[in-house]
Amino acid sequence: MAKEEDIEVNLTGEDFPGQQQKTSWFKRMQKGILTKTSEKKETPEGLWTKCPNCKYTCTVSELEEFLYTCPKCNYHHRIGSVDYFEILFDEQQYTELFTNIRSKDFLGFTDLKPYHKRLEEIWKKTDLHDSISVATGQIKGNSIVIACMDFEFIGGSLGSVMGEKIARGIDYAIQHRTAFMIINKSGGARMMESAFSLMQLAKVSGKLSQLTDARLPYISLLTDPTFGGVTASFGMLGDLNIAEPGALIGFAGPRVIKETIKKDLPEGFQRSEFLLEKGFLDFIIDRKEMREKLGVVLNHFKN
Amino acid sequence: MPSIQNRQFLEFEKPIKDLYEQIDQLQQTAEKNKIDLSNSIKELEERVIEKRREITTHLTSWQKVQLSRHPDRPYTLKYIQKMCTDFTELHGDRNVRDDKAMVGGFANLDGQTVMIIGQQKGINTKMRQLRNFGMANPEGYRKALRLMKLAEKFNKPIITLIDTPGAYPGLEAEERGQGEAIARNIYEMMRLKVPVICVIIGEGASGGALGIGVGDKVFMLENTWYTVISPESCSSILWRSWDMKEKAAEELKLTADKMYEFGLVDGIIPEPLGGTHWNYDEAGTLLKQYLLPVLEELKKMDPEERVNKRIEKFCKMGFWDELPE
Repeated sequence: MAKEEDIEVNLTGEDFPGQQQKTSWFKRMQKGILTKTSEKKETPEGLWTKCPNCKYTCTVSELEEFLYTCPKCNYHHRIGSVDYFEILFDEQQYTELFTNIRSKDFLGFTDLKPYHKRLEEIWKKTDLHDSISVATGQIKGNSIVIACMDFEFIGGSLGSVMGEKIARGIDYAIQHRTAFMIINKSGGARMMESAFSLMQLAKVSGKLSQLTDARLPYISLLTDPTFGGVTASFGMLGDLNIAEPGALIGFAGPRVIKETIKKDLPEGFQRSEFLLEKGFLDFIIDRKEMREKLGVVLNHFKN
Repeated sequence: MPSIQNRQFLEFEKPIKDLYEQIDQLQQTAEKNKIDLSNSIKELEERVIEKRREITTHLTSWQKVQLSRHPDRPYTLKYIQKMCTDFTELHGDRNVRDDKAMVGGFANLDGQTVMIIGQQKGINTKMRQLRNFGMANPEGYRKALRLMKLAEKFNKPIITLIDTPGAYPGLEAEERGQGEAIARNIYEMMRLKVPVICVIIGEGASGGALGIGVGDKVFMLENTWYTVISPESCSSILWRSWDMKEKAAEELKLTADKMYEFGLVDGIIPEPLGGTHWNYDEAGTLLKQYLLPVLEELKKMDPEERVNKRIEKFCKMGFWDELPE
């Protein structure tokens, strides 16, 4: 069985082979979820949703009001770039940048499915251009460029497009003298781009070096989950590293570590609170207070 | 270098092993019967050389991965010994402990002091454990950074030799910030004001390799690999099985010739016939001869220009489509 923590398996978004097929009353006529994200959002009033953490049941509109955090246990649901942009930018006003940059199957990589096919499928399924969207606007009157990942798009994987869009986002921030922020949510590097994806770690770090020289602030917000190459580069390089509560953050995935040390992992291992305790985060930030707090922080940098 | 009797042979190296056995037999016969078989022996020895050449000309990606992991292959300290004099090993990250999987120190290379840093694998079971199979912990990366900063302070060029199956994925490694340590190294290496040359001498696995792999010039030895994940792990994740490693190696295009073709590395350094494990002296000499002129070129550049060029080089890497707006 694929476990919830099995990020890499989730990353490719397919069923685990050998998984026991339960005999069900209903048969799926078509494979995969065909509803687009944008359509899914218009949930009719009165639909119910259950918190995966505490099983508390509330209406979708109530959950939305709480910015997709559980009203009872404060579990932070995974949300996409559009949600973050709407939560963070003043009056929900922002301009999305570099939407014309698309992934390409340069290597002709084929695992269980050709990479280009995987891309076509995901483009059809979602409105997303890639695993990252870059937008500019203001937070509490402070100009900022935000690059935000979407886990829905091949596990938020880090490929050439992510590297290039972040790089251009940093150029834009330098040119317009604004702050820069990355909202991380990724299973790690996009294996289908092989060494090209690895080199994006260096590429973005080089760009961040230029941002440093321009003396502009860079905030890295880590959300559930953030792993691999993202953690091993720009995820950990913020002037401030901050995280949403309870987010799973690490270099190696929990399954890999468990297999290596052949022991169970301690409770709360690789969660935001654990990272704060070990000294790798500046603070943990609740989604409901994020806008306010970021406004305060950005003012500190400015004054 | 291990003696002929103690040599280890990979599956596809078996023809060479057979030849050596024949030579051994002839030598024994010659000794026992006091006859001169030197001509036949010489002929066989020539065939060994021929075989070494033949074997390495038609290797699959997976075979190159195997060759990069050959148990008789020389590791970082061996190269330092063969290329340099006055090596002064420096230990510790000044924080947690000395990571034995990462070694480094000042050395004299052709009359000039350089800082050499690299992952170190063990040469026998006991040493392999001590060296943690070349998988460094955060303190290893932080030691490497400390040494690089030291080199920068005294204006000494840096050479890193990369050979790792990956950064260690352990519990304590996570507690001490494996991700942060690698991230910091990548960022700081990008900004180093002295020349930096990186060479993949064996395995170049992902962040563990890149953690000491950002340089003005990055080279690969002929029979090495460098990519984002090991073929085994890639197989287990993308194919959900450990059995597709050959296919994964092929798909990842992780060999030196492909990496050079893609412009992700700056050159391929030749190895002795059949691989570096056949001749350590020659392997050291080939590497040294390759590095010296590159170092001279880099030293001529203005530090600021060097850093800018380094950043520019990595910023060009990647592929995408750009649709009309």
